[in-house]
Amino acid sequence: MVKRLAGSVREYTKYALLSPVCVAGEVLLEVLIPYIMSRLIDEGIDPGNMAMIWKYGLLIVLCALVSLAFGAGCGVFSSYASVGFAKNLRHDMFHKVQKFSFSSIDKFSTASIVTRLTTDVSNVQMAFTTIIRVFVRCPIMMIFALVVCFRINAKITWIFLGAIPVLAIGIYFMMTRAHPYFERVFQRYDHLNEVVQENLRGIRVVKAFVREDHEREKFNESSRMIYHEFVMAEKILSFNRPLMQFCMYACQLLVYWFGAKMIVSSHGTTLSVGTLTSFMSYATLILMSLMMFSQVITMIVLSYADMKRIDEILTEESDIKEPENPVTELRDGSISFKNVNFGYGRSGDSRLCLADINLDIAPGETVGIIGGTGSSKSSLVQLIPRLYDVTSGSVEVGGVDVRNYDLRTLRDGVAMVLQKNVLFSGTLRENLLWGKEDATDDELIHACKLAEAHGFISEMPDGYDTYIEQGGSNVSGGQKQRICIARAILKQPKILILDDSTSAVDTGTDARIRRAFREEIPNTTKIIIAQRISSVQDADKIIVLENGRIDGIGTHEELLAGNEIYREVYVSQQKGGGDFDGEQE
Amino acid sequence: MANRNDINKPEAAEELNNKPEAAQPEAPFKDNGEPNNFRDFGISMPQGKSAASKRLRVNPSLRSGGPGPRGRGAKVQITAESLNTLKRLIWGYVIKPHKARCIGIVVCILLSAVSSAASGIFLGILIDSYIKPLLSTASPDFSGLAGAIFTVALIFAAGVLTNWLQQWLMIALGQGVLKGIRDSMFDHMQTLPIKYFDTNTYGKVMSTYTNDTDTLRQLITMTLPQAIASLMTVVVVFISMVSVSWLLTIVVLLFVALMLFITGKIGGLSSKFFVKQQYSLAVVNGYIEEMINGQKVVKVFCHEDIAKEEFDECNEELCDNATHASVLSTVLMPIMGNLGNLQYAVVAIAGGAFAVAGFAISLGNIASFLQLSRNFMMPITQISEQFNSIVMAMAGAGRIFKLLDQEPETDEGTVTLVNAKIDPNGVITESAESTNIWAWKRPDGKGGFEYTRLSGEVVLKDVEFGYTPEKTVLHDVDVFAHKGQKVAFVGATGAGKTTITNLINRFYDINHGSITYDGIPITDIRKDDLRRSLGMVLQDVNLFTGTVRDNIRYGKLDATDEEIVAAAKLANADGFISMLPKGYDTVLSGDGSGLSQGQRQLIAIARCAVANPPVMILDEATSSIDTRTEALVQRGMDSLMQGRTTFVIAHRLSTVQNSDVIMVLENGRIIERGDHDTLISEKGKYYQLYTGNFEETEG
Repeated sequence: MVKRLAGSVREYTKYALLSPVCVAGEVLLEVLIPYIMSRLIDEGIDPGNMAMIWKYGLLIVLCALVSLAFGAGCGVFSSYASVGFAKNLRHDMFHKVQKFSFSSIDKFSTASIVTRLTTDVSNVQMAFTTIIRVFVRCPIMMIFALVVCFRINAKITWIFLGAIPVLAIGIYFMMTRAHPYFERVFQRYDHLNEVVQENLRGIRVVKAFVREDHEREKFNESSRMIYHEFVMAEKILSFNRPLMQFCMYACQLLVYWFGAKMIVSSHGTTLSVGTLTSFMSYATLILMSLMMFSQVITMIVLSYADMKRIDEILTEESDIKEPENPVTELRDGSISFKNVNFGYGRSGDSRLCLADINLDIAPGETVGIIGGTGSSKSSLVQLIPRLYDVTSGSVEVGGVDVRNYDLRTLRDGVAMVLQKNVLFSGTLRENLLWGKEDATDDELIHACKLAEAHGFISEMPDGYDTYIEQGGSNVSGGQKQRICIARAILKQPKILILDDSTSAVDTGTDARIRRAFREEIPNTTKIIIAQRISSVQDADKIIVLENGRIDGIGTHEELLAGNEIYREVYVSQQKGGGDFDGEQE
Repeated sequence: MANRNDINKPEAAEELNNKPEAAQPEAPFKDNGEPNNFRDFGISMPQGKSAASKRLRVNPSLRSGGPGPRGRGAKVQITAESLNTLKRLIWGYVIKPHKARCIGIVVCILLSAVSSAASGIFLGILIDSYIKPLLSTASPDFSGLAGAIFTVALIFAAGVLTNWLQQWLMIALGQGVLKGIRDSMFDHMQTLPIKYFDTNTYGKVMSTYTNDTDTLRQLITMTLPQAIASLMTVVVVFISMVSVSWLLTIVVLLFVALMLFITGKIGGLSSKFFVKQQYSLAVVNGYIEEMINGQKVVKVFCHEDIAKEEFDECNEELCDNATHASVLSTVLMPIMGNLGNLQYAVVAIAGGAFAVAGFAISLGNIASFLQLSRNFMMPITQISEQFNSIVMAMAGAGRIFKLLDQEPETDEGTVTLVNAKIDPNGVITESAESTNIWAWKRPDGKGGFEYTRLSGEVVLKDVEFGYTPEKTVLHDVDVFAHKGQKVAFVGATGAGKTTITNLINRFYDINHGSITYDGIPITDIRKDDLRRSLGMVLQDVNLFTGTVRDNIRYGKLDATDEEIVAAAKLANADGFISMLPKGYDTVLSGDGSGLSQGQRQLIAIARCAVANPPVMILDEATSSIDTRTEALVQRGMDSLMQGRTTFVIAHRLSTVQNSDVIMVLENGRIIERGDHDTLISEKGKYYQLYTGNFEETEG
């Protein structure tokens, strides 16, 4: 998995490799500098030799400058690498998502895909930066520093070697014991967020039922749990810094004691005042890098979950496969379902949403579909543009199995207005052009007239250039539906599917849209899913769906005479006598 | 590791954003709300329009607090306001409630700073007072040295101990402060008027709880103690330095000035790029959010290639800006580190020169000074690094205080709702247990109370209302709802139907006119009691995480299981609930996402039924239930409405036909009223609506 993600580094690989090289150079000099300083003290300051002071002083300046260059290089390279990596990762994921089938989108849910593309990518980017900068730095630093120390004085170095395992074991214990608490803290945070989110969303319910105190209790409990877990975790971690300090101070004292003795007994030959000073610096360098290393490891371990979530996207395989020799022409708008069974579950899950569907629709026909919530009306029509694949049986459009078409050909020929409609931020015109990129103004207006949208659009101050907010939140539900219908008509499809797309449009307008369809695009096959009988009753054919099965097919009159469910629906809408659509024509 | 929370959590906030204005009133606030952009984050949009912004015009709002490196950058500057915020935070939430702890912590910090200074000074003493003299003696006696080291060991031990104590004290303080802030935020939020929730998107409020409190946590538990420690170390070390050699101290100070100058320059430049980076990050994230949410539409329209292209364009731009920002900020560290090294060399050279030139500087002096100057530079670097995060945290704290400073809903009502008993003479007395008879209890001005039986007569007179002063959405509304009547409102979207019901329960207050409830002006009734007497079922059903049973019980917290089942049966919800995997104990999560909209509405109706309110408001309560099922529910609803005053809003005319009064609304005015037959015979708007010849007049 890590390898797969690392594949996204691509053109930035050289930067990703140069960065640790620079780190190594920087570290080498950083380790050398205290040594040079010790020489400066011993050979310059101690004997009062100004020439030596200058020599070593300038050497330090030189080293510092070179180290600066390496450090800056590391900064530049690692920035290029990590930012580039994040860019590629986002690019790969976004492109992958574009290939997703509907069932993949359902599987992940859009909210989760968004999080993976945004938050998770930033987290992984951070982990990546840390790896190419800090992760390599610590071990190199420790090894270099220890080598230099051994060269200066092996005996004193053993003090450090004694301190390292003490600190390492201490850190290990703390981290492993605190980790479960932190895991839980994240869960508690989720819960707290959930409480706030539900409260915000349902604030009217909360206020209407006067449940403010109840909500407060919920929140306080959740808040208290976070407090509790955090305190537990931090209590464990509170030993972290004191332990580090303890090791530092212990090293210092031991170095002072043994160092002083050694200097005195050897008269400065095995150990000098200057090297004693440098040991202080090395103690800091070694122990600090160990400390940092432990933090980096925790961070990388924590980002593992994010990596996994990203990897899931990258490895998701679309279950809609393009055929080998695709058919690139859609002959006509005829549709036929042959023994179709369909379930959303992937292979193995036997729950079927649609069973034994057999259906023939001639080009240019208008077909209505009626059925209660959960009767799989949407599932049925989504098989036509191959948004999902049938579980068994086949769906044919224009006499060819949909699985043999080039997907673009098929979907360009079958326009579908989804139940959950989405408009995108941009002008109205830009939204409409989704249907046909190079549509002329006349075409736009014509399509909008058909969809009964031209009227209100031209009343808007900016007309077709009106800016649509994200999600189309600044137009009403009915207007949005009509814009979406116009967008679909612009495709000049052979088949037009409206999935409950006029529910927010009043019956009169609804009727006019249907009349326009009949008169203006007679050769297009029209499939209309609706709740209202009035929306389908003049169709050539009405399909009554019940629990995923066809309960009846026929014209309004036929069904009224012979179909129990249809009659019930009809009666429920006629209750009280009047017939709202009686005079529509 | 704990500070990962900020980047881990915005998922929830994003989810919220996907449902823009789910429960907005009919008159949206869009016209007066500025496009929410960087204003709230103290960042201004770069002037030069970027390619991506021109082409896509992606709304650059950071609604969900946009994930990503938000921790720094963004116009770093101190304003009087942020200083005030800091003062209010530190004094009001940190020091005042935790005085003793704070003093303890500061003492601990001071002691550990002294111990760290001691470790620097001791090196000099060791060299000058022990090693040098011992070197010149023939038979060195180490007992003096042992004593000195023992003393230092004690100081060190004290340092370690105080350091630990400081950490220990800090835990409960930091977390306690955060809990305090969180709790008071939520507590206060419950008192805010609906208007607040209309004008602030969920995402924005959520990010106050997640991102902003998290930056505060980092500030309080890490940055501030570190800053205090650094400051103290600086002071202690400075004193030590001066005591060792004032001459060398001046050299060091010059270096510090140079360092601060360089950091300032680079920091300024990098924050400029950070602003740009934040902007393009918002564009990219906004684009992702929008496209992924519309992914199915993208697929249906074969729009994938264009989406990829557009995405790559924003992504490249983000990459450019982020690289600049990142390079500048990462280069800063080696610069600072090596300035320290340079300073070391310069101090050594200068020290040597002074020593040679005959100033009173010993070898030990120089050695300790070198150590000290390191200890002096480090905290200064740290403080300057923390500066940005303090400023950012202040911006977060500012938003938290803004929430806490919101005016709560006012409630000047004195009339309360009580359970009542009526004796045969018609005298109403208060009852402790539930009697199903309700009475208004109002002070009679002489210290006693008088009781009025609740009958559910609601009268609106000459009501005028607008969500904003500039735009009146309801004009001259008169409604008379007598006890037990069913009053229906019909009309096009935006006509003001929901608004009227929101006035009755005082989600909003009217600008003009009067609303009375059993003859009592509703402003005299305590809001909680007013709302308790009104049951509401809204079009957008909100369920809470928990079992189905818990959700129904929301209507009456002490309802028995039998009551809950009875209510569910009444709403015709019992059937489908029993079919759920665990029946009433099925856990709903994510706003009941496993249920269909119709099923959710049924639960909401049951929730209202169990509350058993004297007056009900049904706002499109059955709009998502298919007509066959609705016919079933309608029966339950009708029995629920029996004897209660009910306000019904519906677009299905079949739902309102049997009402006692139907009000037809248009553009905030009641244009027709009467029962079904009367309205039909008048052949007006209602007739048109009813017969389908209605030309929609929206907007």
